[in-house]
Amino acid sequence: MKFLRKYMDKIKPHFEPGGKLEKLQSVYDGMETFLFTPNTTAGPRGVHIHDGNDLKRTMITVIVALLPALFMGMYNIGYQHYLAIGELAQTSGWTIFCYGMLAMLPVIVVSYVVGLGIEFIGAQIHHKEIQEGFLVTGLLIPMIVPINTPLWMTAVATAFAVIFAKEVFGGTGMNIFNVALITRAVLFFGYPSKMSGDDAFVKVDDAFGLGGGTVVDGFSGATPLGQVATNVGDQLSLHDVAGNVLGECDAFMGFIAGSPGETSTLAILIGAAILLITGVASWRVMCSVFAGGLAMAALVHAFPSTTYAASLLSPVDQLCLGGFAFAAVFMATDPVTGARTHIGQYIYGFLIGVITILIRTFNGGYPEGAMLAILLMNAFAPLIDHCVVSYNIKRRLGRVKQ
Amino acid sequence: MATIKLKKGFDLRLKGQVDADVKPVAGIAPPTVAIVPDDFVGIIPRMDVRAGDAVQAGQVLYHDKNHEAIKVTSPVAGVVREVRRGERRKILAVIIEPKGNDAVKFDTKRNPQELLLDSGLWTMMRQRPYDVVPNPDVKPRDIVVTAFDSAPLATRLHKLTAEQSANAAAAVKALATLTAGKVYVGIAPDQDINIEGAETNVFVGPHPAGNAGVQIANIKPVNKGEVVWTLSIDTLLRFGHLLTTGEVDYTAEVAVVGPCAGEPRVVKTVIGAPIASLFTAPEGDDNCRIISGNVLTGVKVAADEWLRAPYTQLSVIAEVAERDEFMGWAALNPNRFSIYRLFTTWLAGKRSKPVSLDARIKGGERAIVRLDEYDDMLPMDIYAEFLIKAIIARDIEKMEQLGIYEVAPEDFALAEFADTSKLELQRIVREGLDYLRGEME
Repeated sequence: MKFLRKYMDKIKPHFEPGGKLEKLQSVYDGMETFLFTPNTTAGPRGVHIHDGNDLKRTMITVIVALLPALFMGMYNIGYQHYLAIGELAQTSGWTIFCYGMLAMLPVIVVSYVVGLGIEFIGAQIHHKEIQEGFLVTGLLIPMIVPINTPLWMTAVATAFAVIFAKEVFGGTGMNIFNVALITRAVLFFGYPSKMSGDDAFVKVDDAFGLGGGTVVDGFSGATPLGQVATNVGDQLSLHDVAGNVLGECDAFMGFIAGSPGETSTLAILIGAAILLITGVASWRVMCSVFAGGLAMAALVHAFPSTTYAASLLSPVDQLCLGGFAFAAVFMATDPVTGARTHIGQYIYGFLIGVITILIRTFNGGYPEGAMLAILLMNAFAPLIDHCVVSYNIKRRLGRVKQ
Repeated sequence: MATIKLKKGFDLRLKGQVDADVKPVAGIAPPTVAIVPDDFVGIIPRMDVRAGDAVQAGQVLYHDKNHEAIKVTSPVAGVVREVRRGERRKILAVIIEPKGNDAVKFDTKRNPQELLLDSGLWTMMRQRPYDVVPNPDVKPRDIVVTAFDSAPLATRLHKLTAEQSANAAAAVKALATLTAGKVYVGIAPDQDINIEGAETNVFVGPHPAGNAGVQIANIKPVNKGEVVWTLSIDTLLRFGHLLTTGEVDYTAEVAVVGPCAGEPRVVKTVIGAPIASLFTAPEGDDNCRIISGNVLTGVKVAADEWLRAPYTQLSVIAEVAERDEFMGWAALNPNRFSIYRLFTTWLAGKRSKPVSLDARIKGGERAIVRLDEYDDMLPMDIYAEFLIKAIIARDIEKMEQLGIYEVAPEDFALAEFADTSKLELQRIVREGLDYLRGEME
């Protein structure tokens, strides 16, 4: 890698103050620290040795954990597409995946270009190092935004979220709300017609010329949860986009309509395993979201009602359908916006699970509740921590009285 | 004797550990000896000697501006060669050229507190709160003696000789008169130390189990308004020696350890000995970082400087082991050491094997992101992260409520090592303590 080092050293003067590219200094520093671990050593006082871990490694680990869900999501986009145009049987798995990949690539590119662009500008204005937070956010956004959302909308929502949910609070590690979810919330409330209903989740037109065709008769692009929300009668019958009946296995493996990342519960669980083994995510939060969801789903399922059709779903279905699993594993576990005390993490996670199912079941306007539940609990996380820490403070003050 | 089990923390094992049964080698006679006022936190020096003055071992070099009774004494007999000053005439070091063996003879019948203050041994103690040299006007609630150092590469006294036992008992007896409470001694499970008159606790667990702050927190935490003195067993033995002989023992056994220290050894020398008399880097090797103290809390020293308090250890590590490491954050190499399971170190089972670490920070400073990093390294009933945030915000009320009176910078050293966000926690805590002390006193 000597030639790269030499090249970086050669172009360095341009980026220093007074150089012709001094406005891009943060970008250069970002690239340099990305390529080469800085040779900076510890100061004369304080710890002289440091652990090998840094935020770059931590963020990359989250990305690795996201990859199974991403690839399954790509495959599923192709799968839903070919199912919709009635050509699933004669299309190879590789083509299906390629279609999905081509369909998703523009969204990923837009998300990263807009988000990182703003981060770079922000870093340059404040003369700070570029921080890694958006590496993960930038991949989360394409995975939770419906595939048919126009790219400009994604760009606008990403820009809004990065600026107003993150940069104004001080950048990575300082935000109150999950940036990816704010992006989705902006889209959800700003352009509701593009974010739900039959046309949002299944891409029927071709991707860069691949997979052209016309949809089959009886096509309906509604997600299972969308179907539940409009269900009439006391029998639930979920079907796929071509009208075939869906089984539990389809929902677990991820062959259902939905946002790209959220469909495959299996792939999400693989990601969860990576996050938990490496210790990046809090098992307390993750497990309590599932526990809260199961408890609330069991409760509503115990009193089924045709007015609230989601109560007809079994608790396990509730966890496999929609964005529940994805939210529990990748969104609720965001350490920055969640509770940071141990007891707080149990409360925080449990309430996310409960509120998600509550919104799903009793609010007809929102077939999915995970996004709103997490954003709500993001707002309450500092309060939960405050209560837990207050308990510690009370104990400390109580010692004096004894 | 109570046993206290501590789970949090981490035993960091570095290469270059000195064997437990190694015999100390005699060091060369030091050409100069120096006392560095920065080592005695909380003291503002007012010089009592000038360059050219002849001093005896045990004679006062300078005293504290606020408490004239607190004195720092000369570890050797000789001539003051220089009082080195830096910016704004700050005293950097008092350098003495050893000559002869004259030593001040102290009257052992006197009040132990006066004896400690006059002999300079007082300045080797610290007090909670603030982790500074104790204020002589305040009577401590308890006195805590740490009998072992759990920091990386530290040596450990496994058994006291009969003479040491007698000295320690005499010192504990004298210290007991200075406190209304008890004198606690914290030992490790592999130590066979029982000092008469003291209450002994066994601390089982990884570093920082040997820290005074951790031990106090698990025996009887410090509350607002209370003062606890802390000292190491070395200071206790020196005090015992003073009580029985009337002279201060300024000799020090210094472990020269670390991956780059060459053959690990224990050198018998004197307090404030020059670094060059203990370790010289191989010819042409400018990649050595010499640290007086351990790798977590020590001070980087140059080859022409002197040993710093607490005069027990000199660690030598590489400054930069791998220049321009290519994409280090993506490394799959099990030799890239991390205590976390994000790297392959743990898969290869290398987290508990001795490693060689260099001084690189290995990442940029970031906001606090990862959960539990500080709490996992601090076995105290304290929300470390919230405390750090309160300190950064200079929120005195919150600092007090979250337990700043119980902590010292060294308690955060391991968290600083493990920190993903690479914050200088010890500096933050030190500045917070100084700020608080400035506001309260």
